Amino acid sequence: MAPTEHPVDLAVIGAGPAGLAASVTAADAGLSVLLLDMAERIGGQYWRHLADEAEEDGAGSHHHGWARFVKLRARINAHVRGGRIIHRASQTVWSLERAGSVCVVHAIGGERVRLPYSARARAVIVATGAHDRQLPFPGWTLPGVMAGGGAQSLLKGSGVAPGRRAVVAGTGPFLLPVADTLLAAGVDVVEIVEPNAPWRMLGRPGATVAGVGKLPEAVGYGTRLRRHHVTVSTGHAVIAAHGRERLRSVIVARVDAAWRVVPGSEREVACDLLTVGYGFTPQIELALAAGCATAVGSDGSLVVGTDPAGRTSVSGIYAAGETTGVGGADLALIEGELCGAAVIEDLRRGARGAANRRGRRAPRARRRLLEARRRSLLAFAAGVNGVFSIQPGWEEWLEAETIICRCEEVPYARVRGALDDLGSGDARTVKLLARPGMGLCQGRICGAAVARLAASRRAAAAPAGGGSAELAVGPDPGQEDLIALSRRPLGSPVPLRHLAAFATPTPPATNRGRPDDGAPNPAPGTDAGTVAGTDDRAADRADNRAADRADNRAV
Amino acid sequence: MSEPSARFAVTLDGEEVMVSSGQTIAAALIASGRTAWRTTRVDQRPRGVFCGIGVCFDCLVTLNGQRSVRACLVTAAPGDDIRSEGGPGGADGAD
Repeated sequence: MAPTEHPVDLAVIGAGPAGLAASVTAADAGLSVLLLDMAERIGGQYWRHLADEAEEDGAGSHHHGWARFVKLRARINAHVRGGRIIHRASQTVWSLERAGSVCVVHAIGGERVRLPYSARARAVIVATGAHDRQLPFPGWTLPGVMAGGGAQSLLKGSGVAPGRRAVVAGTGPFLLPVADTLLAAGVDVVEIVEPNAPWRMLGRPGATVAGVGKLPEAVGYGTRLRRHHVTVSTGHAVIAAHGRERLRSVIVARVDAAWRVVPGSEREVACDLLTVGYGFTPQIELALAAGCATAVGSDGSLVVGTDPAGRTSVSGIYAAGETTGVGGADLALIEGELCGAAVIEDLRRGARGAANRRGRRAPRARRRLLEARRRSLLAFAAGVNGVFSIQPGWEEWLEAETIICRCEEVPYARVRGALDDLGSGDARTVKLLARPGMGLCQGRICGAAVARLAASRRAAAAPAGGGSAELAVGPDPGQEDLIALSRRPLGSPVPLRHLAAFATPTPPATNRGRPDDGAPNPAPGTDAGTVAGTDDRAADRADNRAADRADNRAV
Repeated sequence: MSEPSARFAVTLDGEEVMVSSGQTIAAALIASGRTAWRTTRVDQRPRGVFCGIGVCFDCLVTLNGQRSVRACLVTAAPGDDIRSEGGPGGADGAD
């Protein structure tokens, strides 16, 4: 299944704000662009919309920045018609690697049919965005408890409300649009529960300037919340969810600044929907697997390290938007454009002869403006992330049987056992011993929490001031803890038959190396080792319907 | 929010579920009043939508014979044969 197509100039992975801005910038300058995205329609999570929301009508008016999306989509569509942008929807990219002078991406096309797809590109931009960051708590695996982004996705993408009576919990400004979307759909939002103190934003001068632009949006939310009589409980947290087969109620408690429960403050709130999200986790596994250097972002997440224009440490691979640090759609649009401009410049520098035939370089004044806006928005994001940070007291919400890893159903007691009794000093060892993060989601959901549990246990055991930036001693995890649950040689579970097609000369990636490399369990009766040994002839047998039926998702 | 017009039927474990055109399988199942359609391997607990964006693999179904399909990512099509996954003695998403 080696990619045989002529390489495109640029492959963009992710069609959210950053990916779309990068794509049009590059295509405007004459580059050929391949835009790959997991969804059926462009827009990312931010501009997710219904299938029948027509090109120019007002149907998307419940989206923020919808007019901007309509303009951006028109530019994308014009380039698609002109042949400069190829948009391939429903592509789950599972591998990105640098191979000589080009980059190679491998994807699974279509969740419904799962066809292998591969492409080569002279440059790749990783604009894969982020997903809700979760903290486990008792009852969080009950149906009816879902990520804030999940509730938004059901409403924005399918027009379906996932409940009638909702509590919106977690931390950060994103709680407001989640509640707003639910209210607009007629859901009774009874309470917003936020353990942090949002008014601390006022004490952050750097954040305030850039934040002025966000005021109308914030005022709009506030007005609608008041009109619907939504209780907003800051300094409170949802510490448990109750129900047998589905959610019936949640326990809301007052918490102190460290998120420790104030005894006696617990009260039960009936609801059939709880949305949760404690910030966001950037989806950086493709950049990580390609060898790009990482950093810890202002929200404590692992991010791709880049220069201001989005260049990673690996030549030809770039990152933009939330993958470089969570900062919102406005920042992602700017970073996407800067990143597109950097690709244009770098490709030109690499091939001067061909470059002269291409379009003009982005005007310097425009770039300066974007860079200034970016700095300002980064300062705002850092202020927001500082105010809405995760505090160590959440661990006290956990009970021995609380599930930490949803996929492998690893309870808190087992994670603590690995940390306390077996002496695991870091997240990687915890993962090996107790198996959190070894399931199908590859640690995407529990990774942030497991890294925190490991870091806080180390902090409790070590004298203050010790440790290093990599293996930090303190309540917040360092890079090593975060990387342990973020490294995924295969960016997504891949059908064995797809891997089998790579039999010669060497498979792109298997878990033959370190056993803890983020790969989920091989399915029963399958063995990742057999993948490497499978030859082309076996893979090419078109009549192998049994294998198709089994369609084992390997490693 | 605009109202999708066309309605059609799919089945979940043989039971008819009406779907509005454009809905994902997960959204259609939720709209039909269901909250869970997978049973976990170890504790045999019910699961439905959690992340809603293709990350968590909680919402897996078997779709027209294709195993372990993320219901939140696929738009339902007329006649889709959807089967819940997992349960005692059954297979979980990993196989």
